[in-house]
Amino acid sequence: MATQHSRSAARIMMAPAVILLLGWMLVPLTMTVIFSFKKYLPLRGGDLGWVGFDNYVRFVSSSTFWPSVQATLVIVGGVLAITVVFGVLLALLLDQPMWGQGVVRILVIAPFFVMPTVSALVWKNIFMDPVNGLFAHLWKFFGAEPISWLSEASMPSIILIVSWQWLPFATLILLTAMQSLDSEQLEAAEMDGASPLARFGYIVLPHLGRAITVVVLIQTIFLLSIFAEIFVTTQGAFGTRTLTYLIFQRVLESQNIGLGSAGGVYAIILANIVAAFLMRIVGKNLDT
Amino acid sequence: MGRITLDKVTKSFGATEVIPPLDLTIEDGEFTVFVGPSGCGKSTLLRLIAGLEDVSSGQIRIDGNDATMVPPAKRGLAMVFQSYALYPHMSVRKNIAFPMRMANMPQEEQDRRIDAAAKALNLTDYLDRKPGQLSGGQRQRVAIGRAIVREPSAFLFDEPLSNLDAALRVGMRMEISELHKKLATTMVYVTHDQVEAMTMADKIVVLRAGHIEQVGSPLDLYRAPRNLFVAGFIGSPKMNFIEGEEAAKYDCHTIGVRPEHITISGSEGAWSGVVGVSEHLGSDTFFHIHETGLAETITVRADGEVGFKHGDRVYLTPRTDMLHRFDTKGLRIDA
Ligand SMILES: Nc1ncnc2c1ncn2[C@@H]1O[C@H](COP(=O)(O)OP(=O)(O)O)[C@@H](O)[C@H]1O
Ligand SMILES: [Mg+2]
Repeated sequence: MATQHSRSAARIMMAPAVILLLGWMLVPLTMTVIFSFKKYLPLRGGDLGWVGFDNYVRFVSSSTFWPSVQATLVIVGGVLAITVVFGVLLALLLDQPMWGQGVVRILVIAPFFVMPTVSALVWKNIFMDPVNGLFAHLWKFFGAEPISWLSEASMPSIILIVSWQWLPFATLILLTAMQSLDSEQLEAAEMDGASPLARFGYIVLPHLGRAITVVVLIQTIFLLSIFAEIFVTTQGAFGTRTLTYLIFQRVLESQNIGLGSAGGVYAIILANIVAAFLMRIVGKNLDT
Repeated sequence: MGRITLDKVTKSFGATEVIPPLDLTIEDGEFTVFVGPSGCGKSTLLRLIAGLEDVSSGQIRIDGNDATMVPPAKRGLAMVFQSYALYPHMSVRKNIAFPMRMANMPQEEQDRRIDAAAKALNLTDYLDRKPGQLSGGQRQRVAIGRAIVREPSAFLFDEPLSNLDAALRVGMRMEISELHKKLATTMVYVTHDQVEAMTMADKIVVLRAGHIEQVGSPLDLYRAPRNLFVAGFIGSPKMNFIEGEEAAKYDCHTIGVRPEHITISGSEGAWSGVVGVSEHLGSDTFFHIHETGLAETITVRADGEVGFKHGDRVYLTPRTDMLHRFDTKGLRIDA
């Protein structure tokens, strides 16, 4: 790709792909921004003209806005904490030579292949149902009063469901990182008198630092927009209305496209703030 | 103190026995080199001494105390790994401090030892760098520094120079030898390179397939190799082996003669042949002689100024007083 000729040829050949991708991304984005400045009620008069920043002000001043931001951050934070901690522990476990390693690894990864809607339904109906769920039976077996999980402990339930889905991803990435650790380093630390815990703290964990940031970054991007799990379980009730869910309600339930679009733009801004924040951490971590 | 005794030590991985029963004593303060071809079990033996592998049977004693079941950290031995095994996210200072930190040594004592080690190893200017920012030789020195500060009763080295380039290797060889003279601590050094073994060792242990073939000082091994394997392994270029009629003249199955114990001449000698490849090192020239009727090639060392060309007919004369004789089992026959 050195000569002038090959460079311009390359540009021409890449152009269709680049234009397609740009269009793919830019058209919806532009439309969202345009709609956010309009009063647009499809069932109540359609496009009612420009309204400036009205939608933005209304979206934020609505009493549901800040709780939804909070719900979003709690879910993202909770799932990240659980998947990283248990991901590291599972990776440690799976890295040990053991009988049936291949099968165990596949089983651990399996939840990742289940569609979010399906897994949420399975959790809701098979585990968390207050009458027939497995948890209810377990509680009754020990003589306790069954909990109606999705209404009484809605937030922990959703965090549990989403964590279950994302734990395999975290485990997989962390296990790969674990396997790239030079075993001589651990042996050197062992000879240097480091206890197993010290070896974990001083050698393994720093080695995993980069993988952990990658897990956090990728998961955050996906978790900010979780939807199916909430739609299928609580429908946004009991304090589980995230920003994404709020936007969905504005657009489809209230049939207010302008207001929903303004919410969409806020979501983009929030995602970018989080991403910028994470990038700085990753940047620091990658720069060893 | 650091006297290490191996008593009928064996090691098997699953069904494969890597070390058959083996006895060996490493004296206090001695520089012992384990040498042998790749895969012969040198690293395994060293790791058994270190405690990184469990022995399958037998006993390891350090200074007379049974250490067979003692965990690696408690054996008082320090190891330098082939990959250096530095902790990549810690600075050089923290790397060197690590064993002392794990032992909860007072900070002033730690600093004193780090400074002393850094000075001895020319690392003072690099203490705040990360291992990734150092050259191979410097990393090697950090690894040695991390071993020194523990003031171990013995150092274990596993092919520490094999990742360095040739010039650096010669330099580090000297430094390690000098370190040994200065500290007078037992050192066990593993290498597959017989030149390293010859130049550094007080005592060489030649291994093949987990067996000890011979133990002795470098010159013992050079002068009186116990069998064909040691004879061929020690010395560079390799000893020439001649079988058949010529060997029968000396009442043995095989005779061995080193390249440096053959004189080459253009006019007369005991054997004749044709010059093949010659390697000019400047100080010496090695001629590979073909068509002698004795062996496929005979290697001869000559002075650097001797100038035979490819295809020249030459005559060779071995020094009969430097001849090695071996029987049908490949064992040395002493005169
Ligand atoms: N952990 C292990 N599991 C099975 N076999 C091993 C293991 N470590 C070493 N070996 C085998 O033991 C033999 C000796 O290995 P090693 O001591 O590393 O040789 P060297 O260091 O002399 O090159 C080799 O054949 C190797 O395949
Ligand atoms: Mg080895």
